[in-house]
Amino acid sequence: MITKRIIACLDVHDGRVVKGVQFVDLIDAGDPATQAARHAREGADEIVLLDITATHEGRQTLLDTVRRTARELFVPFCVGGGIRTADDAAQVFEAGADKVSVNSAALKNPQLIDDIGRSFGAQAVVVAIDARRDPAAADPVRDAQVFVQGGRKLAGRRVVEWAREAEQRGAGEILLNSDGMRTGFDCELTAAVSEAVGIPVIASGGAGTVEHFVEVFGRGRADAALAASIFHFQISSARSLKEELAKAGVSVRLPC
Amino acid sequence: MRVTVIDYKAGNLTSVLKALRHLGAETIVTDGDLALVETAERIVLPGVGHFQATDRLDATGLTTAIRAAIARGVPFLGICVGMQWLYAGSSEAPNQPGLAHFKESCTHFVESPEKVPHVGWNSLEVRKNSKLLAGVEPGEYVYFTHSYKAPVTDDTAAVTYYIEPFASAVERGNVMGVQFHPEKSGATGLKILGNFLTWKEAE
Repeated sequence: MITKRIIACLDVHDGRVVKGVQFVDLIDAGDPATQAARHAREGADEIVLLDITATHEGRQTLLDTVRRTARELFVPFCVGGGIRTADDAAQVFEAGADKVSVNSAALKNPQLIDDIGRSFGAQAVVVAIDARRDPAAADPVRDAQVFVQGGRKLAGRRVVEWAREAEQRGAGEILLNSDGMRTGFDCELTAAVSEAVGIPVIASGGAGTVEHFVEVFGRGRADAALAASIFHFQISSARSLKEELAKAGVSVRLPC
Repeated sequence: MRVTVIDYKAGNLTSVLKALRHLGAETIVTDGDLALVETAERIVLPGVGHFQATDRLDATGLTTAIRAAIARGVPFLGICVGMQWLYAGSSEAPNQPGLAHFKESCTHFVESPEKVPHVGWNSLEVRKNSKLLAGVEPGEYVYFTHSYKAPVTDDTAAVTYYIEPFASAVERGNVMGVQFHPEKSGATGLKILGNFLTWKEAE
């Protein structure tokens, strides 16, 4: 039976893992390679490394980080942040990533999805979408808006429609970020996207409790969920999260 | 242990090479040097992406060289599209023949409410006395990402259930294939690759 994936997410800045809510108050939380290996050992089904270094000089640091992190990692490994061209993606794959996640660059140039997919396969392209309900719309969920710049700016696209376009262009998965404040995933919005596309949807953002995960896998129809801050607060590892999920009837990879 | 890894320019070899080296194998990559296939001790054909990309194996003469290596008894492992290529073909690229070592063909998952591609960790039901899957216990999980799959037959070494039962591993003598990605399947995947690296003809 297919299982729901728990994906450990590492936010990386200048080659170090940082944790913080919405990219402020960054706290140094260690070496990415060490952290990724620990998460894999402790039961994570996949690792996402999200580079939040905005500078051009940061690219080389990122590639070194990816190379070091991938070396001893034998679970799927996705890298996002700053991938603007198919060449950027190629370098990240060469360094050992299995998937890349693209966000604002794909909004600016949707052809990027086609280009990476053609060279590396759809399974290697994750389109990340920062989504928020549109309270002014007739249907706030179906008409939810895509945001860029860390949620500060409207992209002028509707979430469901953009997810569909991404799928048509050859994305293999959608990473839907629907909150950032540990108040839970937006399950209605996640379900709306999951029902609109035929590819897996990874729910991200806002998970602070086990119950949040149970809900997003049930009501939210997510195929996978990103876990970051929960490991710093209530739950110590992917394994213990999955043990709790199994008790709640969610199918997960255990033992792991 | 020396392994010749076939590069047919479909996707990324890094992960497979890394896992093989981690297990102590010396890896040799070729995208068309037939001598490297003729002298190969073991052959791995990875592959992600489209079945059509295997036309490069025909164009470079690798198909013929691999067929001869298999006939000599060289252990062969196909991964993902590399497994599908062992069959007669795939409905993904109907005009592109496979090796036809196994006479059946690969097909797309049937229409269903479930998502396709099949992405994620799923379990293996090991079906016969498989050398490749030796030591894999019921309920161990491996990582899949694919939309096409091989049918369950007498050569099937493991069955996985998603929408319908399909062959997640195939094995007949020295010819083996896995639909999942052992290089991305944690300890279980490394165990399976390790079995391939130590595979020996029965005495």
